[in-house]
Amino acid sequence: MREPKGVEREIARKTRRAFLVGGIAAVAGGGGVEWLKSRPAEDGVAWPFREALRANESVARAYFEPARLSREYPVKQAEQPKANGDIGLDDDDAIANWKLVLEAPRGRQELRLDAVQALPRVELTTELRCIEGWSTVVHWTGARFADFLARYAPEARPAGYVGLETPDGAYYVGLEMASALHPQTLLAYAMNGEPLTADHGAPLRLVTPVKYGIKNIKRIGRIRFTDNRPADYWAERGYDWYAGL
Amino acid sequence: METLETKHSRAIRWMHWINVPLLGVMLWSGLLIYWADDIYRAGIGDFTLFRFFPDWFYKLLNVPFRLAEGMAWHFLFAWLFTLNGALYVLYTAISGEWRYLVPTRRSFREAVQVMLHDLGIRKEPLPRRKFNGAQQIAYTGIVLAGAGSVVTGLAVYKPVQFGWLATLLGGYQPARLEHFALAIGYVLFFGIHITQVIRAGWNNLRAMVTGYEVVSTTGDAPNA
Repeated sequence: MREPKGVEREIARKTRRAFLVGGIAAVAGGGGVEWLKSRPAEDGVAWPFREALRANESVARAYFEPARLSREYPVKQAEQPKANGDIGLDDDDAIANWKLVLEAPRGRQELRLDAVQALPRVELTTELRCIEGWSTVVHWTGARFADFLARYAPEARPAGYVGLETPDGAYYVGLEMASALHPQTLLAYAMNGEPLTADHGAPLRLVTPVKYGIKNIKRIGRIRFTDNRPADYWAERGYDWYAGL
Repeated sequence: METLETKHSRAIRWMHWINVPLLGVMLWSGLLIYWADDIYRAGIGDFTLFRFFPDWFYKLLNVPFRLAEGMAWHFLFAWLFTLNGALYVLYTAISGEWRYLVPTRRSFREAVQVMLHDLGIRKEPLPRRKFNGAQQIAYTGIVLAGAGSVVTGLAVYKPVQFGWLATLLGGYQPARLEHFALAIGYVLFFGIHITQVIRAGWNNLRAMVTGYEVVSTTGDAPNA
């Protein structure tokens, strides 16, 4: 039989115990978060988070399937996207003097725009998704990166990564080969039926709806191939290197 | 006379309290992300009742220019949040505790009665069960909302690889809006939940911590 006094004593004991355990758990959790936050940064973010981004990348790369396409829209739904990102686009003379430097394993080539325009012309109306959150349906014209590679640097195909940068080297991105070879990854020279304007990356930019806009580099000046992940402008500033969609 | 009765199992209590900081981190890091393109508002036509969110609110919580940080936290803690939620569903399913939680046909009418009671309009006492109809709807709804956050979040996170999911949700931007709406839903739930916990009193809250509730058995003389 339980007297009320016994009940009170027992609930008081259970309460003390539970709050003690809960308090210890809360302190441990808070300590864990403090530890996470205070780790040395690796490319702009505390290293445990960088590791987590890499782990997520491994999962995403294992799940990636080139046959999965970004949804395509009727051309008439295309709109003008915001011209976010002007890094590497300062020099207007760069358009007039532009050439594409292709550093392939077999040697270095300098290509003109007609070398890209000579490849099968591809039209694509897909959503350009900014890492900030907005997205715009845009109509692009260009050549598949896969066709470009097959024509000008077929020996580079076994490389793990592609590095692209602006003529002045101020903006640079890296792509793993699977995304570079995705059928919707284009070297684009026209947007919404018009040649690219300076602020959208004239004369040649990358369009890849399997990546956030940050990887869709404007005014490509140099393309190279590596077995290690190429440097990436925003990945050095705390963002996910992979940035895949 | 009073006795101690078990109310919430250990597993439920742990998962409930672990979810508090996890959801907190998800909401906070989600806010850091949302700030970068804060397009939503409440209003009709040109009239805006409330903008998500006013500048003073961002400033207060030190939100601006932390998108990368927000994403780093969001995509680490999303795993923990999902895992905790999945374990909760699994546990309630296997233990049979789902029977207390899942609404029945009478829950909806009962929920109206509970609401009228809590607003002081209806005087009849509430049903003496572990969870009344309103609680069943709320506690099942919040779990469904959690699942919704995972699903809409996945569609926003990988809209090409999970393109079918994004399409099912109406598209990329609609999935994003749904994900945001669910987050607002948690904040509203939290407000009501805390209010109700305060109203229910210490014995009820203590049961969520200790697992036990002090129950007075009828027939005995009250403590004099």
